[in-house]
Amino acid sequence: MALLPVDCTAILERFGPHLAYSEGLRLTTGVEPDRIVDTHCCFCGQQCGIRLKVKDNQVFGFEPREDFPFNQGMLCPKGVKRYLQGSHPDRLLSCYERDPRSPGGFRPLPYERAIERVASEIQRIQSAYGPDAFALLSGASLTNEKAYLIGKFAHMALKTANIDYNGRLCMVSAGAGNKKAFGVDRAANPWSDILKAEVIWISGANVAECAPITTNYIWQAREFGAKVIVIDPRITPIARTCDLFLPIKPGSDVALFNGVLHLMIENDWLDHEFINSHTAGFNDVAESVKAWTPEKTAAVTGVSERGIRQAAEWWGRAKTSFLMHARGIEHHSHGVQNVLGAINLVLASGRIGRPGCGYGTITGQANGQGAREHGQKCDQLPGYRELNNPAHRAEVAQVWGIDPRELPHAGADAYEIFRKIDRGEIRGLLSICFNPMVSLPDNNFIRRALDKVEFYAAVDFFLNETAHHADVVLPSALQEEDEGTVTQLEGRVIKINKAVDCPGDARPDWKIVQDLAHRLGCERGFSFQSPREIFEELRRASRGGIADYSGITYEKIEKQNGVFWPCPDEKHTGTPRLFEPGSWNPVAQGAGPFYFADGKARFNVATYTPSAETTDEDYPVILTTGRVVSQYLSGTQTRRIGPLVDQYPEPRVEMHPRLASRLGIADGDWTTVESRRGQLTLRAQVVTTIRPDTIFIPYHWAGSQSVNQLTISAQDPISRIPEFKVCAVRLRKTPSTGS
Amino acid sequence: MIHLEYLDRPHSVQTAPVVCMHCDSPTCAEVCPADAIKRTADGVVQAARKPRCIACNNCVLACPFGVPKMATDLELMMKCDMCYDRTSVGKKPMCATVCPSQALFYGTEDEIERLRPNSVPVNRFQFGDQTITTQVRVMAPKTPAVEYVDVTSSLNAQAIGQDIFFNILEEPFTGGK
Repeated sequence: MALLPVDCTAILERFGPHLAYSEGLRLTTGVEPDRIVDTHCCFCGQQCGIRLKVKDNQVFGFEPREDFPFNQGMLCPKGVKRYLQGSHPDRLLSCYERDPRSPGGFRPLPYERAIERVASEIQRIQSAYGPDAFALLSGASLTNEKAYLIGKFAHMALKTANIDYNGRLCMVSAGAGNKKAFGVDRAANPWSDILKAEVIWISGANVAECAPITTNYIWQAREFGAKVIVIDPRITPIARTCDLFLPIKPGSDVALFNGVLHLMIENDWLDHEFINSHTAGFNDVAESVKAWTPEKTAAVTGVSERGIRQAAEWWGRAKTSFLMHARGIEHHSHGVQNVLGAINLVLASGRIGRPGCGYGTITGQANGQGAREHGQKCDQLPGYRELNNPAHRAEVAQVWGIDPRELPHAGADAYEIFRKIDRGEIRGLLSICFNPMVSLPDNNFIRRALDKVEFYAAVDFFLNETAHHADVVLPSALQEEDEGTVTQLEGRVIKINKAVDCPGDARPDWKIVQDLAHRLGCERGFSFQSPREIFEELRRASRGGIADYSGITYEKIEKQNGVFWPCPDEKHTGTPRLFEPGSWNPVAQGAGPFYFADGKARFNVATYTPSAETTDEDYPVILTTGRVVSQYLSGTQTRRIGPLVDQYPEPRVEMHPRLASRLGIADGDWTTVESRRGQLTLRAQVVTTIRPDTIFIPYHWAGSQSVNQLTISAQDPISRIPEFKVCAVRLRKTPSTGS
Repeated sequence: MIHLEYLDRPHSVQTAPVVCMHCDSPTCAEVCPADAIKRTADGVVQAARKPRCIACNNCVLACPFGVPKMATDLELMMKCDMCYDRTSVGKKPMCATVCPSQALFYGTEDEIERLRPNSVPVNRFQFGDQTITTQVRVMAPKTPAVEYVDVTSSLNAQAIGQDIFFNILEEPFTGGK
């Protein structure tokens, strides 16, 4: 029973989003802080260093942290304004349960009663329908300690197979592609290698808005003479200053990669020595790209032959290079194929594992890297181990002191969990740090599924839009209210330091999870007193795994400004660059630098297939979605920070004037966009910086402003990532209502 | 206090941060009837002094770079003072410290020479017949050498970056409808 308890406007009035601006202490000059805490930004995967200024248990300002090597003081607007999320009027200060008679539809509940109620519903549902009938959804903004504990809670306390996390919408295509090609899933290089590259290839990454600090690495390399190639359907801010821009048709990236490899082979721009000694599978791939002539590639990608040839020549002839990609090529029903196509270009060039020769996917969320390593992903155990691998099960079961047979097997992905709810196979749900009503595609379906669930509990610090449907809400801690580690986009494990105490009844997610475990009768394995104790167990549980954290300590992180995994023993200083010649890893055992038994990387045939929904007469325009610089993911935090909202107050439909004029739409006109799944009405932004066959809408907003009413839930068969980047829509100028 | 503007959003994503250029002979101060705008000995043109500012808007109208803004609710002109509270104690201004692309940079000539080997700092701006020299520099290409920035003529220039895109985007369009 998860219908909204009261009208949505009443919920919004009580729980926000309301806008926080600087006032009081935050606007007073000359305030002496009680302390200044060196920590990191709470938002994206770059995890920029920042100093928080604290007085009277309030974060009232910040100072740049110029000593942290990754960002050296630089921050984006989200980082600059992040201090406004603390002491926020919308903050959940107690537990709540749904109550249509209370203002806003929820009434406060003592913490113990809330834990009691959630635990008893878990027990009721699991005893009536089986352990897998209760599902968990968690998030990649959680620290490694929390991610680890939540995975352990699901697998050991709840014994449910059905736990997955919102990295399903983020890192899974890159992860699956990396594992197939390299045997390991982590950015291969530290970002400092970008500075030494002659050619930088950026596919499907709106760097300046989604990973703003990375802009400086790219621009600095360009100042030193690098050529920058950007492939995107839109002229994003990073594309504006590139040397070659290929305005690709959404969904056709793999065709472009194959076409470029075709030209590399034709012109013998290959590193034969590397291909022969360090890779396998090249001949099959070479055969597969024979058909991808420049003519055919141009026809499929919508990019000119001249542009394709230029890109291939620069990439082919380079001595050093860095290839990076992000969700633009990964959010597809063939996202893994796109990633494999990109990696083939890197392997054919032989430019990896050396200074200035790099590859990496740009992680989205704060702990997009670490949270995909330690067991909250549906098929996974800590240390990047697999739930369906008997040896891995035994290793982790031993650390946890249980029989491996007690562990469930791989469960459903985050979207499939909602399909299972719809089919009645899952009856109860606990979400932590996940807002699927905004972030999942085709969210009209998500809402219908939520209506069917018998019991839903949400853990968050603000009442996110999915939590509107909850039966019980538990208030969690903001990032600055707890300590722990996060693994940022380079694979560098860094330390989040606590600045202030949780207000009211709010508490860190790991405490909430442990209290639930205790109430469910699981004391053993859930009696940690601090994140440090959890980290110590995580170190043991990851020992010998691919993502080996066993040599990392909080002290070493502080001393070295972060430690790159793998770090297999206490004397080890970490591994900034993977795949260096002669390097050792636990899979190859010295046979070669890549994480396969023979130490060789794998070429993989990357197959082009059209997107799940292509345009037709009824829905003739491609819709693609993404982000803006001043908002972050589902906006639970950033839609509550006044200056960030003012910078980009509402989503707009970006379209080319050629498309706009055909439809009689002028800049600023209300425009209705419709797909087979839903519709929304927004103002038009008419710009020449987008392909004329494509429109763009950012996804950070909820309800009637949510573009995910339109997107399609088609998923990649390997990674299960949804196809956010392509669906078919039609649009029209919204008739004036005459008001 | 600085502001950020799109140059020509319909055709480009180019933005420009507007910081005070800290003129050697600041027009804003020269036109101020209340002598509210002071220039420090180290060349920083400060924001209007609150007790003196009469909110007449002269500085806003006169500044050739469009820097000062009138905060009507406070009856006070506000503008960038190069974070005098920070720079006077050896820190960088906040904007240049946090700038994610280092489009705004604060440092020595040696540092910028190393970081921007193909560019050269320029601080002479031509507005019609008037030449203005400033404490803040903009980076111009080393070749061809540029002695000053002709602001009046560059007003008609296209937003940067269009040249590489137009020929690609304007080619016959073969994608979907």
